[in-house]
Amino acid sequence: MSEAVGESGETSVSTALEGARERRIATGGIELSVAELGDPARPTVLLVHGYPDSKEVWSRVAPLLAERFHVVLYDVRGCGRSTAPQPLRGGYTLEKLTDDFLAVADAVSPDRPVHLVGHDWGSVQSWEFVTVPRTQGRIASFTSMSGPSLDHFGHWIKKRMTRPTPRRAAQLLNQAAKSWYVYMLHTPALPELAWKGPLGKRWPKILERVEKIPAGDYPTASLPTDAAHGAWLYRDNVRTRLRHPRTDAYAHCPVQLITPTGDAFLSERLYDELEQWVPQLTRRTLPAKHWVPRTRPDQLAAWIEEFVTAKDEGDPAKEVAARGRYADRFGGRLVLVTGAASGIGRATAFAFAEAGARVVVVDRDAEGAARTADMARLIGAGAAWAEAVDVADEAAMEKLAEKVAAEYGIVDVLVNNAGIGLSGSFLETTSEDWKKVLDVNLWGVIHGCRIFGRQMAERGQGGHIVNTASAAAYQPSKTLPAYSTSKAAVLMLSECLRAELAGQGIGVTAVCPGLVNTSITTTSHVAGVSPEEEKRRQSKAARLYGIRNYPPEKVADAILRAVVRNQAVVPVTPEARGSRALSRFAPRALRAIARIEPL
Amino acid sequence: MTTAATASTAATRSRRDFSATSADLRGFREVQRLAYACAEAVAGQLKPGVTEREAARMQRRWLRERGVTDWFHLPFAWFGDRTAFVNFRIPLQFFPTDRALEPGMPFILDMAPVYQGYTADIGYSGCLGLSPLHDRLLADLEAHRELLLREVRERRPLREIYEDVERLMVRQGYANRHRAYPFGVIAHKVDRVRQRRWSPTLFGFGTQSLKGLASDALHGHREGWSPLWSPYRFSDHPPQPGLWAVEPHLGFRGVGAKFEEILVVTDSRDPEESAFWLDDDLPHVRRWQEEKAA
Repeated sequence: MSEAVGESGETSVSTALEGARERRIATGGIELSVAELGDPARPTVLLVHGYPDSKEVWSRVAPLLAERFHVVLYDVRGCGRSTAPQPLRGGYTLEKLTDDFLAVADAVSPDRPVHLVGHDWGSVQSWEFVTVPRTQGRIASFTSMSGPSLDHFGHWIKKRMTRPTPRRAAQLLNQAAKSWYVYMLHTPALPELAWKGPLGKRWPKILERVEKIPAGDYPTASLPTDAAHGAWLYRDNVRTRLRHPRTDAYAHCPVQLITPTGDAFLSERLYDELEQWVPQLTRRTLPAKHWVPRTRPDQLAAWIEEFVTAKDEGDPAKEVAARGRYADRFGGRLVLVTGAASGIGRATAFAFAEAGARVVVVDRDAEGAARTADMARLIGAGAAWAEAVDVADEAAMEKLAEKVAAEYGIVDVLVNNAGIGLSGSFLETTSEDWKKVLDVNLWGVIHGCRIFGRQMAERGQGGHIVNTASAAAYQPSKTLPAYSTSKAAVLMLSECLRAELAGQGIGVTAVCPGLVNTSITTTSHVAGVSPEEEKRRQSKAARLYGIRNYPPEKVADAILRAVVRNQAVVPVTPEARGSRALSRFAPRALRAIARIEPL
Repeated sequence: MTTAATASTAATRSRRDFSATSADLRGFREVQRLAYACAEAVAGQLKPGVTEREAARMQRRWLRERGVTDWFHLPFAWFGDRTAFVNFRIPLQFFPTDRALEPGMPFILDMAPVYQGYTADIGYSGCLGLSPLHDRLLADLEAHRELLLREVRERRPLREIYEDVERLMVRQGYANRHRAYPFGVIAHKVDRVRQRRWSPTLFGFGTQSLKGLASDALHGHREGWSPLWSPYRFSDHPPQPGLWAVEPHLGFRGVGAKFEEILVVTDSRDPEESAFWLDDDLPHVRRWQEEKAA
């Protein structure tokens, strides 16, 4: 047990953590610098940083959490304003790091267990904290990102070495290649020289370029010493633990695992068998690189808040209820779907709802939108709101975007799906008809991409835009000239936008469904025919689509899959895929098909 | 909607143009009630771990003990996402499997016993435990019962009524799952069945009933109607007088719900008498009334 020394209290620690109260805690011959934010009466969330960082790595996450919790951060021994052990060798074992954690936890939250959050080496050590018996009862929950337990890792390697199948061998080699820096850090003296020399100087630029970390108050000036001391984290623990992993490394608290899919240092496969070590595991995935506390603070804060609140209150009703296939990816995220009162839009809203997303349902048809939102709540949406807006109306879309940003947050996934049909020959199509179809199908998409896309880009934390194009975008036909033109424009717009936004971590997908059984057949206008003939053709088309009977739910599944995989163009039905292939390899065949009179 | 009282008085009136007498209607009503009583009794005994086969067997035994010897079709039971016929490709998939019931799972019991020559065909939807979603599906079925009766009274072609029901389902956000039944039927005719000492079944369907259906199909083919109420051209005719077992079936992301009961169609000119539900005192109707009262 340690006592808090030098209650210098209310001074600000650094510019990065504004308003933080610092105190120093002596333990095992060193002094730790501990910063606190928020009301100490609230549940304590303890943030542990990684390598080569100091507690300032959390400077974008901590203020968000401080609104709801008592947030505590500390510099790991030898980093930032904490002092280093003497000698360094042997001073960084996981046992000693556990002592440090207990000292901090006892000082900042003596009566209640703390909620741990660890990134990188902060997560590696936290895994030790949550799996050793002496911390039992001191930890209420643990959120892990980009840092596996060395013991689990050891068993993972062992399993793949002793029974190598081709797949396991590939996984092993993949991770071995990603761990190159670990071998480097085991060489004596060289890493220290590099960090204190050129590497330390260039590191911020490297992070900015390779890891896409926004420039600013991070990394801090203490980086060279943090990194040099921290090398002992690897040297003191990696070899011993990987060679002799503990067999009793079972977590004694609920764990939330946040896996960035673009991590350059850790394979996603490391966590494949984690359920055997963690009885209560919640998985989350995030399309991001390694430094998520810097690049995705909003999302992390939201997930941590949700998890900590659920575990702290122990209320089963607040547990994550979504059971959809991609619940790990879309849980709690904000999704806006236009044209969601029917058809593909509605099915898409439901699919996201099932994955636990918060859904904004937009449609001209207020009643249908409300119905979609209603049902979405019943199947697991974190929340669902209906908004009656015409996507063709720019002012209304601007207003919607303002309202959404103010009340629900920045949209993570935008689905520009609203569209109307128009058939009839070109010469019969009036300019009025053209205007109507372009206003919704093209301008609606442009407004959505422009207004919500800008919000996404300005936030700088990634996102995804899905535009519903059509198989008609590449399949010419003599009956759908206006519709096909509008959808071809959407397809090209999506491709261009994808190129433009790629650098900001925002994906763009164009979905080309094909013949899908929705109400578009009965609402489509037919140019240049009498109302009776229009009605006849509509019901004929509806029956044809009914016989084809491709359900919009399958398109919705394709949309979710496309977002997860960040696909560029997704033809959905077999005929859409077929004509896409023809458009590339046998365009003359498509042109022949275009001349057929269908109805 | 017709209330229970008006339905029974309507039924006791003589119907010159329609072959079913009031005694016949009483017989049909009795067996329909018996079937729903069976459904409620079996549903009350369902608990986690019971399989579809066991549930089907429980229905069969319950009805056999009460004198049922022949079937329009043998009892079915569907649990979990099988209530919405997820990934059903061939008709054999309708038969009960070893799927075990779990807490929170929806279920449907569907049986068609023949009792003293009268046929019933009923569907009973329930859920093991509370499910707001399932409650919503059941509540939304009420609009379909009203729509069906209204449009049959208007003598609209059956194919158009079928499409209107489907449109309503889509507007509600559901998928039409009766399309998965053979011929995509929302309803089929039922009739009296001659009682035989030996009543075998063929693929779960009673041979006597199949014979009746086949002869109806033959007559209908000559006269331009069909005993199957489907989305296809052969159903493009006004409602044919007789007894129709109507079964609108909603599906929503792995949850299905239906009711099935008999609609009596006559050729009376009075709209009230031209079509009416055989019985309004059924579990799902009572449920809607209780919800309204609450």
